[in-house]
Amino acid sequence: MYRSHVLICGGTGCTSSGSQKVRAALIDEIRKQGLEDEVNVVETGCHGLCEQGPVMVVYPDSTFYAQVKPEDVPEIVTEHLLKGRPVTRLIYNEAVTDEGKVLSLNDTDFYKKQVRVALRNCGVIDPENIEEYIGTGGYQALGKVLTEMTPDQVIQEVLDSGLRGRGGGGFPTGLKWKLCAPNKADQKFVCCNADEGDPGAFMDRSVLEGDPHSVLEAMAIAGYAIGANQGYIYVRAEYPIAVKRLEIAIKQAHEYGLLGEDIFGTGFNFDIGLRLGAGAFVCGEETALMRSIEGKRGEPRPRPPFPAVKGLFDKPTILNNVETYANIPEIINRGAAWFASMGVGKSKGTKVFALGGKITNTGLVEIPMGTPLRTIIEDIGGGCPNGKKFKAVQTGGPSGGCIPASYIDIPVDYDHLAEIGCIIGSGGMIVMDEDNCMVDIAKFFLEFTVDESCGKCTACRIGTRRMLEILEKITSGNGTMEDLDKLEQLAYYVKNNSLCGLGQTAPNPVISTLKFFRDEYIAHIVDKKCPAHVCKSLLQYTIDPAKCKGCTACARQCPVSAISGKVKEPHVIDQSKCIKCGACMATCKFGAISRQ
Amino acid sequence: MKSLAELQAIREKMKNTMSMRDEDASGIRVVVGMATCGIAAGARPVLNEFAKLVQEKGLSDRVKVSQTGCIGLCQYEPIVEVFEPGREKVTYIKMDAQKAAEVVERHLEAGHVVEKYTMAKSGLK
Ligand SMILES: Cc1cc2nc3c(=O)[nH]c(=O)nc-3n(C[C@H](O)[C@H](O)[C@H](O)COP(=O)(O)O)c2cc1C
Ligand code: SF4
Ligand code: SF4
Ligand code: SF4
Ligand code: FES
Repeated sequence: MYRSHVLICGGTGCTSSGSQKVRAALIDEIRKQGLEDEVNVVETGCHGLCEQGPVMVVYPDSTFYAQVKPEDVPEIVTEHLLKGRPVTRLIYNEAVTDEGKVLSLNDTDFYKKQVRVALRNCGVIDPENIEEYIGTGGYQALGKVLTEMTPDQVIQEVLDSGLRGRGGGGFPTGLKWKLCAPNKADQKFVCCNADEGDPGAFMDRSVLEGDPHSVLEAMAIAGYAIGANQGYIYVRAEYPIAVKRLEIAIKQAHEYGLLGEDIFGTGFNFDIGLRLGAGAFVCGEETALMRSIEGKRGEPRPRPPFPAVKGLFDKPTILNNVETYANIPEIINRGAAWFASMGVGKSKGTKVFALGGKITNTGLVEIPMGTPLRTIIEDIGGGCPNGKKFKAVQTGGPSGGCIPASYIDIPVDYDHLAEIGCIIGSGGMIVMDEDNCMVDIAKFFLEFTVDESCGKCTACRIGTRRMLEILEKITSGNGTMEDLDKLEQLAYYVKNNSLCGLGQTAPNPVISTLKFFRDEYIAHIVDKKCPAHVCKSLLQYTIDPAKCKGCTACARQCPVSAISGKVKEPHVIDQSKCIKCGACMATCKFGAISRQ
Repeated sequence: MKSLAELQAIREKMKNTMSMRDEDASGIRVVVGMATCGIAAGARPVLNEFAKLVQEKGLSDRVKVSQTGCIGLCQYEPIVEVFEPGREKVTYIKMDAQKAAEVVERHLEAGHVVEKYTMAKSGLK
């Protein structure tokens, strides 16, 4: 019987910042001080504050320590675990008020406005211990479904909840199940999309690392609803911790009879296999994913037939995203009405976002659908660092668009974002400030899609490449106004003539930045200027002879010896040699060097 | 797992463990003074007895047991404070494991302050 639990984060973020060393030091120190029968050390998944890692939470006080180093451990053990005095200097700084009062994590700006449904257990339970999941109500929903509900009732409940796919498409989950349920076959499949290919996204990884059983439980529920006995989780091989936790979870679920044969003595059988993806973005597309599970090359195929009719191994199949599944047990336990009470319009429940880029508090945030963008950026995210001006937020990754600062009061949900040509997508949210060039951003995402296009259709393969070439021309200062028109035409051509979602959405970052930041494109073309000073070809570093003291510091810093001049005389930059690294400007103590 | 009852049994067993991690601060808080003076006077067995009994008796969802530093009355250690929403703070002094068990049973479970161990009773305020 422990009097205190110390939760140490074993998610990918904290593991890479050294949480395993901290954990070892903690176990060691607790033993040294003879507290091993009083204090329980638990390894959890991600808390969503990976930037602050390694993260450690002490219960029952719920004290949130951040950036803990092994050297800090003896002090925490002696002072806090033994004597009950939290070590204030190591507590997450948002959780300590100006008066020095320690706040519970739920009262910090970052967490206060969050509502954790999909992430309910992440950072709270030991994902490698099925009993902790059961202790928070886990597998209760599966029990209820199997003993009290018909498959139709389950589907109706999911329909009524208003849950829509969290993988990007936003298709109503209940409807997807309903379309598959009546299709008769000797075998049907339930698949889980854990391919998470959007750059910067890590919500699915966090769910799998922190709460793998919620996904297993939901897949079994889906299996019962549509009449399938076999599930597959398609997970990226680059997620080794998630893979390991899933393997352990599946094994334990078997040992406890929560997967396998005759679950709860009801005669229902369900099994789940893991399939590792090699990381091609296109393999996240549903038909490509199923081919890849079959052991074939992951290439999309035309639909219809839809997977609900002919999916994996040509059998009726449903595919849902990790976060979509993570909501299911809670919907069954707490009811469709509870879930539907959160959100707005046709967007119900909550959504997890990976907040990153130019924002003070980065991390995973789960908020009710329809939360104003301002709340996310200003209250939860704490605004742009260094007093910079908020410019836009990019949502939906390579398939999405930009929301400009003028729309900061927009409710973030499927329909409001669609109105301005944006998507929620899988939940990536990259914040940009005045130092970001929107043409450069569009180019970044297009480079990604050009790399990831599977090459099957010409529009996508050639079209995205042409678009990228035009963007490169513009950012290097050689663009013309005709290029802009051509870019726009191509964008719509690629959109309308591609086979799969990758090509159909690849032009979105371009279309959206053209819509909201056309003047920035024009500045590159007409004025040959990059207003945000990002596009190197359009930059020029110059030394103001009136200000230059001839101290030679810049000349010594320049990696390509582009600066010349005599001591105590004004220096000059040879523009033909300068590679625009900016080192000279950072060096000059007299503010003589400027960038234009 | 052949029945829901089996699942329920595991859930019950784990419930007290898991409720320690609730962030909800609306219940009773039992705070044991664990500064050097408190520990020397024997506060640790008191703390452990509270923690154990609260979990064993299934009170963890409404009672949280934690420690604090020096309360400032070293000669009366081990000191235990009980905070209950809407009621005045109760301070027990010169505690030991046995007295702790009595406080759990009579105060935390049944709701009656064990006057004889309180600071008020000893004439201090
Ligand atoms: C190119 C491409 C990549 C995709 N990548 C993912 C992905 O990584 N994860 C995901 O859940 N869905 C991804 N999708 C969406 C899936 O095709 C599918 O719609 C989704 O997994 C269905 O689950 P949901 O309805 O629960 O969202 C991708 C789609 C396309 C076109
Ligand atoms: S749109 Fe692009 S990724 Fe999709 S099938 Fe065609 S070439 Fe492949
Ligand atoms: S920007 Fe870099 S390369 Fe150019 S002059 Fe300065 S230091 Fe040299
Ligand atoms: S560092 Fe500044 S002051 Fe010194 S030589 Fe370079 S430009 Fe002139
Ligand atoms: S991995 Fe530890 S908080 Fe995200």
